[in-house]
Amino acid sequence: MKMGRTISKAKWGYLFILPFFLTYFIFSLIPLLDTVRYSFYEYYRSGLKTVGPNFVGFDNYVAVMGPDFFTYLKNTFILWIIGFIPQIVIALLLASWFVDARLKIKGEQFFKVVIYLPNLIMASAFAMLFFTLFSTSGPVNSILMNLGLAKAPIDFMGTATGTRLLIALMNFLMWFGNTTIMLMAAIMGISPDIFEAASIDGCTPRQSFFHITLPLIRPILTYTLITSLIGGLQMFDVPQILTNGQGNPNRSSYTLIMWLNNLLRAPDYGRAGALSVYLFIVSGILCLFVYKMVNGTDDEKKPRKKHK
Amino acid sequence: MKKRVVSLALALSMVAGLTACGGDAATEGSTDAAATGEISADAYLSSDTEGKVINIYCWNDEFRTRVEAVYDKVDHTSDDGTITYLTDGTEIHWTVNPNQDGVYQKKLDEALMNQADADADNKVDMFLSETDYVVKYTDAEADVAIPLTALGIDPETDLADQYDFTKTVASDANGIQRGSTWQACPCLFVYRRDIAQDTFGTDDPDEIHAKVADWDTMKASGEELKAKGYYTLATYADTFRAYGNSISAPWVEAGSTEINVDPQIVNWINDSKEWLDAGLIDGNIKGQWNDDWNKAMGSQSKVFGFLLPAWGIDFVLSPNWDGAEGSWAVTDGPQAFNWGGSFIHGCSGTDNPEHIKEIMLAVTADKDNLMKITNDYLDFTNTQSGMKEIAEDESFGADFLGGENPFKYFQPAASSIEMTTLSSYDQGCVELIQNSFSDYFQGQVDYDTAKANFERAIMERYPEITAVNWPE
Repeated sequence: MKMGRTISKAKWGYLFILPFFLTYFIFSLIPLLDTVRYSFYEYYRSGLKTVGPNFVGFDNYVAVMGPDFFTYLKNTFILWIIGFIPQIVIALLLASWFVDARLKIKGEQFFKVVIYLPNLIMASAFAMLFFTLFSTSGPVNSILMNLGLAKAPIDFMGTATGTRLLIALMNFLMWFGNTTIMLMAAIMGISPDIFEAASIDGCTPRQSFFHITLPLIRPILTYTLITSLIGGLQMFDVPQILTNGQGNPNRSSYTLIMWLNNLLRAPDYGRAGALSVYLFIVSGILCLFVYKMVNGTDDEKKPRKKHK
Repeated sequence: MKKRVVSLALALSMVAGLTACGGDAATEGSTDAAATGEISADAYLSSDTEGKVINIYCWNDEFRTRVEAVYDKVDHTSDDGTITYLTDGTEIHWTVNPNQDGVYQKKLDEALMNQADADADNKVDMFLSETDYVVKYTDAEADVAIPLTALGIDPETDLADQYDFTKTVASDANGIQRGSTWQACPCLFVYRRDIAQDTFGTDDPDEIHAKVADWDTMKASGEELKAKGYYTLATYADTFRAYGNSISAPWVEAGSTEINVDPQIVNWINDSKEWLDAGLIDGNIKGQWNDDWNKAMGSQSKVFGFLLPAWGIDFVLSPNWDGAEGSWAVTDGPQAFNWGGSFIHGCSGTDNPEHIKEIMLAVTADKDNLMKITNDYLDFTNTQSGMKEIAEDESFGADFLGGENPFKYFQPAASSIEMTTLSSYDQGCVELIQNSFSDYFQGQVDYDTAKANFERAIMERYPEITAVNWPE
């Protein structure tokens, strides 16, 4: 009787998670498998006529994997890294300041809300805003010219560096608040006893940051890095809106997902599918790499502990 | 037990709800009725009884305002502009998607693909197309636009007063007309009177025309404007239509998968670069339809003029102008050309053929209605006799143009337009070549890189394109 009850409870558990799996199966898994399937087919629409699907083997994979793929991959990576480095540095700094008992920052809640606010704006709206702000006849240029800092309007979005920096700035503004709050939670999870003991032993704030805080929040740092990396690979809305979908000038801000979007607009399901599969492989490899890099030392230590 | 039944039922209803949405759209098989020469109306209709909802796909409120102005059954339109109520109880539902970047076509294509499966009230009944891609929708094989004869409109008699080129453009390869338009879009040079006075000492249209009679003369006059601190034109994109309209062959020949870049396009590239380097065009304005371009039409701008059709004056220039009324004037530009034009089509599978016929006749065939549109919106409407009358009418004058009668110039320009080099790839080619060469004009890339970027972009937009041929 007792055993029967346990089994029946498990059944209820499965029943309750069933909706999720069904939704996942219908809305995620089937389209996912379809994407992979169509990547082996010639399948696109020309005007109002649909061509295919005709099986073409690896033709789409060959067509997609040209020098362009690596250019756009490089663009994506550059855009991500110049946004991510300031983001993680500022977030770490802010997080350690906010939770530091000795600093006693007033209005902590207020600042938390303020730094999180940019994340609430829709990325496309944010990009539209920046496009208007930084256009040659926009407010930023008129302020610069009125202050006498610029003689002629600066064409921010006319150069590769300018456009990339603007995109990085937007990504930084949108995500540093989120990262700060996550890292704060991680730091607050560390037992205050450790900090107390360290300060009694004469540990400086700098030492306690590098030798206590950083090592102990590493799992959360890994998580941040991986989610940001995946988010970075999928970078789309900000450069798409800012550069009108073309990644100008000279496609220097053209990301992989913008490419995917342009392929899907045709729509060319075959090449878009092949590109998606490549993206899946790339993000898989990157995740594995990051995971190994950040957690690698842990695996080496564990066996030693066991010996003790 | 009872609980279990309830939760099972819940779970099942959820599944049912989910699968109901997952139906795959079957692709429509095209009928070849048109090819046989015998056009039967029934082939295009989904129902014998007139439906209660007319769905119209378009890209702005231009058509809606015209329908409101002249269709006698219009009662009122909802405040948000999405539904127009007719006096007979029928509703017009407007589906608006932006034209740029192919968004409108994408949404329309999706709706057309689902046309066969959609409910009667959700089927597309009418849609609009622009000159850049009208060929795609009037295609006989695609057969999505109903031939006018099947709607009970005889182009020979009902549309006799329309400009011939508008009828040719709206016809398929077999010469069967599948759409109609209320406007023709000859372009003129629209210029600021104060800048003309300041530079040339006159704002008289005929004298200004002498300054812009052809591209070389215009360039020489541009130097005079430059000396006074003015730009001749706002952006290199402003001249594109003039060159692009006079190409000798379509971008893509029927049945081919290769893009042919016309020598005229290369001329545009070279001339634009020359003008920009000479400082006759404002290099800060990158293309049309953006904020900078709109501001170039304001009173603070240093731009002398624009090459615009009638709708451009009413729909683009006038809303952006913030100075005194009557500050602009029109004259003939260096070249006659056509820019734009919205065609109205009845959509295959509709259940509202009667209303489509009425709207089409009211907005595009009735001379009185067309003249009303001209008077209200300064549109150059599709009535040859009406436009001739108004061009000769000495009493007619537009306040925005300081009392000048623009039709005096539009009317002869319209009669010289020929449009025989259209293809269904025009919108992509026009947008992307301007975009790709923008970098070249700005000095960011060299000529060959810009060419390569255009090839990349066009092959992404149209997967079936296999090659791009450049002249020389």
